[in-house]
Amino acid sequence: MTDPAAFSPAPALGGSSRTALRIGAGLARRRAAEKRFRAYGLTAIVLALSFLVLLLGTIFSNGYTAFSQTHLRLDIEFAQDAIDPEGKGDANALADGDYQALAKAALRKAFPEVKNRRAKRRLYKLVSGDAAYELQRMVLADPSLVGQTRTVWLTASDDIDMLRKGNVAVGLPESQRRIKDDELAWVAALDKQGAIERRFDTRFFTGGDSRDPEIAGVWGAVVGSFFTLAVTLILAFPLGVMAAVYLEEFAPSNRWTNLVEVNINNLAAVPSIVFGLLGLAVFLNFLHLPRSAPIVGGIVLALMTMPTVIIAARASLQAVPPSIREAALGIGASRLQTVTDHVLPLAMPGVLTGTIIGMARALGESAPLLMIGMVAFIVDIPKSPFDPATVLPVQVYLWADSPERAFLERTSAAIIVLLAFLIVMNLSAIILRKKLEKRW
Amino acid sequence: MNQHLDLKNFVAPPDVEIHQKSAARDASDVKMSARDLNVFYADKQALFDVALDIRSRQVTSLIGPSGCGKSTFIRCLNRMNDVIDICRVEGAITLDGADIYDPAIDPVQLRALVGMVFQKPNPFPKSIYENVAYGPRLHGLAKDREELDEIVTTSLEKAGLFDEVKDRLDEPGTGLSGGQQQRLCIARAIAVSPEVILMDEPCSALDPIATARIEELIDEIRENFAIVIVTHSMQQAARVSQRTAFFHLGTLVEVGDTAEIFTNPRDQRTQDYITGRFG
Repeated sequence: MTDPAAFSPAPALGGSSRTALRIGAGLARRRAAEKRFRAYGLTAIVLALSFLVLLLGTIFSNGYTAFSQTHLRLDIEFAQDAIDPEGKGDANALADGDYQALAKAALRKAFPEVKNRRAKRRLYKLVSGDAAYELQRMVLADPSLVGQTRTVWLTASDDIDMLRKGNVAVGLPESQRRIKDDELAWVAALDKQGAIERRFDTRFFTGGDSRDPEIAGVWGAVVGSFFTLAVTLILAFPLGVMAAVYLEEFAPSNRWTNLVEVNINNLAAVPSIVFGLLGLAVFLNFLHLPRSAPIVGGIVLALMTMPTVIIAARASLQAVPPSIREAALGIGASRLQTVTDHVLPLAMPGVLTGTIIGMARALGESAPLLMIGMVAFIVDIPKSPFDPATVLPVQVYLWADSPERAFLERTSAAIIVLLAFLIVMNLSAIILRKKLEKRW
Repeated sequence: MNQHLDLKNFVAPPDVEIHQKSAARDASDVKMSARDLNVFYADKQALFDVALDIRSRQVTSLIGPSGCGKSTFIRCLNRMNDVIDICRVEGAITLDGADIYDPAIDPVQLRALVGMVFQKPNPFPKSIYENVAYGPRLHGLAKDREELDEIVTTSLEKAGLFDEVKDRLDEPGTGLSGGQQQRLCIARAIAVSPEVILMDEPCSALDPIATARIEELIDEIRENFAIVIVTHSMQQAARVSQRTAFFHLGTLVEVGDTAEIFTNPRDQRTQDYITGRFG
């Protein structure tokens, strides 16, 4: 304590007065505390960022391969007797043709040395089960193909796809592999001819779910999410804003409104699965709304989102200066006119921010939707909010639960689509908010 | 702000003579009058048996220390206190003889007749034009756009703002200077052609030059309205008003012609206040 300069590198102001010495002595400690605090903050941010990078990196490195799909080139003979043996030529007859046989025949022709029945069955599995439908679609689109031979690229099976993407451990003994040695040889032969290649997979973005990973698409879930969120927004936004406006601008403050307030805050903290149970009990069992439908999912998510919207809207209504209300009332605007003409437009950016947060949470929600049957396996792309559908997070959950190796990359790819959906949604809301702010 | 007025050497402004003449109007000029007015905020009484007349074509200033009830009184005159849940008003206030607290009276209609200018300039965050046009549009005072333009122009002219803003009516009203904003608020109040204009410390947020401009303006427009102004500046009360009412602790202590109040107060409390002993 004899020399305060030893404790603090700061130049001693005020000479050697008692106060100056005391302050000087404490200065080093204060500065160290501040430095420490900054270091903690920086560490926290670096840690958080590195985890985020790790997470996104894993998802992208696992998922980007799902955007391309392996295809095989085969010379398909559109044989009359397999497609339309009776020679009717109408669409119904063409649709009934045995297109599986065409693909099989082409494979047999490509590898004539395969005689063994088991080996043949493996050979047929080089192409996807969907190949027959691809051929059927070609013929239905152009019936003149019947009787001709064409070179066609068909979707390969998921096992071959995984092999080409390097996800099969070829070093293991044959008995432990799904892909046997002869299959490897066929693929190598096709590769030599240039008859095997990876192409951008549009079907992943345009198709519905499937049991076959190579043709499973995310579009059904995207449309389902869209319908669900549309219902949520249509219900939660106006109801939430109106509730907030009433509570903030019109309601007398008494015991009842206090009770309502407390309960709205409580509702915001209720676990989402509880809303799912409520939806099951009320909307499905009591009101008999359709099961697995976005309309019900949307209502349930709206119930879940509304407290968030109300709380955010009330906060931003409170932030509007009272002088604006007085100004409007002072020239004879009614209370409603004051709110609609002045207070609400000023509060809108804040209200929208709250709504974005609520909607983002609703987009990522799966638990309550499981309760109302949106976890079903649905192939068809929903056409309205009343059709059975699933949503993106539930699709991720379903695929993550599937045993096929190829679903792993689909899972990650679906997460990428989910994140993109979220970014698009938030971006449009932010642009909308900026526009509203500029009007003033 | 120097509130020490030397009573002995008080020299009335040259126009006080004229004011006094115009002040000596008969009782038929009473525009608004309050009788037995008691106002409560929850259990706390803010005004006690106030009786005060507001006359046409005159400026009535309300002075008194902070918390004496001037603002409460002025806000009773256009029922702005209605929005405060805990506020309760007893007694009678009439506008042209009609009770404004009659349940049949819509405060919206009242406030169109009794306009208000607030302490802090509070233009809407909209264009200058929209600020002034809002009131007339609200009450359907203009048949078409042309008529609305006319109202906006004359209101801005009356508020002495038109020449300064005529080229930028589309720009936000919040972009104006403080004094201009306050004149915009006055233009906004004038635009609905009220009969009474209430001003709650309209210059307290303004610099002396802007204040002088507003005071001039008040003097110019008083021929068409009954004006009530709450002020903390006794010089301002002396400059702009013809009648002055002194409030203290919720009671109306004294009311009379401005020159009379400032030169010859009857009540000791008034004298103490205007000589700067308290407040």
